[in-house]
Amino acid sequence: MSASAVHSLWTTAATAADPISKIPAPKIEYGQLSPTLIVVGAAIVGVLIEAFVPRKSRYYAQVFVSAVALCAAFAAVVGLAADGYGTTKAHIAAMGAIAVDGPSLFLQGTILLAGLVGLFTFAERRLDPEAHGNRVDSFAAQAASVPGSDSEKAAVKAGFTTTEVFPLLLFAIAGMLVFPSANDLLTLFVALEVFSLPLYLLCALARRKRLMSQEAAVKYFLLGAFASAFTLFGIALLYGYAGSVSYATIAQVVDGSITNVDPALANTMGNDALLLVGGAMIVMGLLFKVGAVPFHMWTPDVYQGAPTPVTGFMAAATKVAAFGALLRLLYVVLPGLRWDWRPVMWAVAIVTMLGGAIVAITQTDIKRLLAYSSIAHAGFILAGVIATSKDGVSSVLFYLGAYSFVTIGAFAVVTLVRDAGGEATHLSKWAGLGRRSPLVAAVFAVFLLAFAGIPLTSGFAGKFAVFKAAAEGGAAPLVVVGVISSAVAAFFYIRVIVLMFFSEPRPEGPTVAVPSPLTMAAIGLGVVVTLVLGVAPQYFLDLANQASVFVR
Amino acid sequence: MSFPLLTATAVLPAVGAIATAAVPAARRTAAKWLALIVSLATLALAITILVRFDPDGGRYQLTESHAWIADFGVRYELGVDGIAVALIALTALLMPFIILAGWHDADPLETGSKRWRPTQGFFALILGVEAMVIISFEATDVFLFYIFFEAMLIPMYFLIGGFGDRAHEHGEEAASTQRSYAAVKFLLYNLVGGLIMLAAVIGLYVVAGNFSLQEIAQARANGSLHMATSTERWLFLGFFFAFAVKAPLWPLHTWLPNAMQESTAPVAVLITAVVDKVGTFAMLRFCLQLFPEASKWATPAILVLALISIVYGALLAVGQRDIKRLVAYASISHFGFIIMGIFAMTSQGQSGATLYMVNHGISTAALMLVAGFLISRRGSRLIADYGGVQKVAPVLAGTFLIGSLATLSLPGLAPFVSEFLVLVGTFTRYPAIGIIATFGIVLAALYTLVLYQRTMTGPVKQEVSAMPDLRARELVVVAPLIVLLIFLGVYPKPVTDIVNPAVKSTLSDVHKKDPKPAVEAAK
Repeated sequence: MSASAVHSLWTTAATAADPISKIPAPKIEYGQLSPTLIVVGAAIVGVLIEAFVPRKSRYYAQVFVSAVALCAAFAAVVGLAADGYGTTKAHIAAMGAIAVDGPSLFLQGTILLAGLVGLFTFAERRLDPEAHGNRVDSFAAQAASVPGSDSEKAAVKAGFTTTEVFPLLLFAIAGMLVFPSANDLLTLFVALEVFSLPLYLLCALARRKRLMSQEAAVKYFLLGAFASAFTLFGIALLYGYAGSVSYATIAQVVDGSITNVDPALANTMGNDALLLVGGAMIVMGLLFKVGAVPFHMWTPDVYQGAPTPVTGFMAAATKVAAFGALLRLLYVVLPGLRWDWRPVMWAVAIVTMLGGAIVAITQTDIKRLLAYSSIAHAGFILAGVIATSKDGVSSVLFYLGAYSFVTIGAFAVVTLVRDAGGEATHLSKWAGLGRRSPLVAAVFAVFLLAFAGIPLTSGFAGKFAVFKAAAEGGAAPLVVVGVISSAVAAFFYIRVIVLMFFSEPRPEGPTVAVPSPLTMAAIGLGVVVTLVLGVAPQYFLDLANQASVFVR
Repeated sequence: MSFPLLTATAVLPAVGAIATAAVPAARRTAAKWLALIVSLATLALAITILVRFDPDGGRYQLTESHAWIADFGVRYELGVDGIAVALIALTALLMPFIILAGWHDADPLETGSKRWRPTQGFFALILGVEAMVIISFEATDVFLFYIFFEAMLIPMYFLIGGFGDRAHEHGEEAASTQRSYAAVKFLLYNLVGGLIMLAAVIGLYVVAGNFSLQEIAQARANGSLHMATSTERWLFLGFFFAFAVKAPLWPLHTWLPNAMQESTAPVAVLITAVVDKVGTFAMLRFCLQLFPEASKWATPAILVLALISIVYGALLAVGQRDIKRLVAYASISHFGFIIMGIFAMTSQGQSGATLYMVNHGISTAALMLVAGFLISRRGSRLIADYGGVQKVAPVLAGTFLIGSLATLSLPGLAPFVSEFLVLVGTFTRYPAIGIIATFGIVLAALYTLVLYQRTMTGPVKQEVSAMPDLRARELVVVAPLIVLLIFLGVYPKPVTDIVNPAVKSTLSDVHKKDPKPAVEAAK
């Protein structure tokens, strides 16, 4: 493997006497980066559409471009995987910045599918009642107008919609595609920012309860900025430790197998304090993104305040991307340090599983409940991460795939249950839903059972896979804690089912809106994936298994 | 490839469940008939299994094996031994009666939308439970068993929480609250048990590398699979805990009275006569075969718990004011007998325990279903609300009496044979425990006869004076059960012939031989 891009630039600068013509042109494998490039390109086209296409046709143009781009990118991922880039031809592209290997492609495929399903829920325009004869979606008419102001009313009256959400979604997806495949720390950081910033914006764009939505966005932004700062600080420290931001070089320095020590960095290089503190700070940033305790504080507020389609997309795709990055960091950069990080991750996993499950019991809002449930799930996935084995990787990949479809589906169901104030997210309003709309309640029950890990749903297969990997990796106590918190978690999922089916419907209860085929597709896909992965998971386990080797 | 009889027996009710659920809202009666026909067809398949099964043949027969989830070391492996055959037959036999008895239990109230179809749901759930129970009896892959052992909780949960007795002394609101409490309690107890078993299942995989019951048992027997003593004990406890919750064994039994009290009588029968049997069956099949040493290690403690169940359940049954709760505590006492028989580790004990599972299913069904008919007439579950019923409804009272007598194991009725076998089997190895357990019978006589006396004899109470006797549909439910009780009481050989060889091989798994008779030993 070549030395990192940064490293070679630095040496080029040191020998400045050479004529400029000798600077090697960077070799970029455009074909292998095509999934990301397609999405970024489409996002830029989306921005241009905002600038030049008349307002009336923007929505259709945006949805069309986004859908085509996501499908094309997914096709590109499948093509790369079929070419063997996930297994035999796995290598490091773009001058050491991007790894094209099994985990990258698997996670990119998952993110793209989650993005596509997310797009369906973004594009839904039949749920909210028509405002002044215009169909509207879940997003604010004009984000810049102050909530409750005259300009907002004017915007609503004019039938404005924020079609910018589509390019924002695409930018976020592009960042997420790079995040798990980043192979040096700077790419990692750039990808982190590229997908975080659009998400902060998207969180603020709710059509209803705008103040809450903006509050959520500010919280997410502030805490996210802290996390980014930590990550960046950690990157600086690791650079000081290894003299490089490249994953491979850092791993070599950790192993002690590096040969060419840079004299300028001889003082700090190999200083374990830098390694430990730097590594911990980067991991902290990633744990923030996955919502692990104790870095989970933002999750409930943001999940509750953000427009529900955004919440669903964020809950699914961010977790996939962030766990991908965490896996690569721990398995590629810091495997030599596992005796140091494993105990810490043990503790994090245990408090995450128990904390998420226990606090969820007291929740009265369905979105907050799902937020805490997502925290508990982050804990279960961490149990697979801790296994430090090939099985660990494949189980985490499988879990992420299974989980993201359940999550988007569940939040899509939440968008359907509405009363006069928009979505009826308070749990008490869900009482008796099973009597009013048996089908919607049954579908939601399937998602809840999958969250609870009941056999014959994808949740069980995923949970079994991570627990099996953890047990084989010698983390049996973690499995016991996981099983106990599953039992606790089951309690609150069941409580929602009790409410829906066994409680008398209230006279002033919410109605279930009939969605367009878009949301139906999102929900239907969620149900199908949940059941297929529950009953016949073998094909997807094989896929995850083949995809579970990182390139170094 | 031969016809997959075992799969068909499980798939048929599953398909029937889906079909029943899909019947349009207005065609309620069609759904009922469909469910009944499916349950009868399943019974026919179960009888075919019974006929095709050769008691003296190989240990597992009619086996099927297909790849399923290779990554988890899981195969779709089915096979039945004599014990499983008996229990499948019991399940398939009881289902038509349960469906018939619950004919009107789920007729819709006025609330709800047009698409709300409780009747279809009720019968679909019952068939769903049947499918899952049957496949748990058939599975010889631990993981496959576990999946259905857990999954069956969900339809049961909806059956308990969604459907209850119509009349309630505190009104529909209170009834629905209590029902959902009972349903949640049922689910949480069993889910916790199941999740602890999940940890043990994963542990078993880590130790053994696959889930095939036969392979693991064989590898254990020929010594190629070594388990550290402490590992084996932990795994055993993980499995046993789940089964003891399901069975239920004192002190994990408290969900049963709530669940049986709140659900309708047919569902209560489904719980105690069918679903709970999976727990005791699994002790025989999985605990003893997979962990023979640990089973022997745990025997004294389990016997004591079983003994407590017997006496405690019976004592509490004596004090109940609610008919269904009384039957529930009686069942806890009987499950104590079954578990005692299993862990006495004698051939009489285990044959008796298996026979007990079958007989308890039939006798509880008879008693509980008649009690359900009684309760639906008066609209009250309280014993004190009845009196002198035998004067106004003699057939009802007569069948109730036979059900009661079967519950107290009167000689001549089926449960006597099994209870006797269990007691003898226990006595030969653990005389003291056998003697104490006998008090359970005395208490059983007390609670059943007092129940009969208070409800059926004495002066006719005002509210029951116009009570109609059993209708034709109800007679069709009760009469065959009573015939069976008498037949198996006089001639239990058909069942014991099927069960005995399987019990022998189970005993040889745990390396136990029957103790010599005392007289011979003294010579």
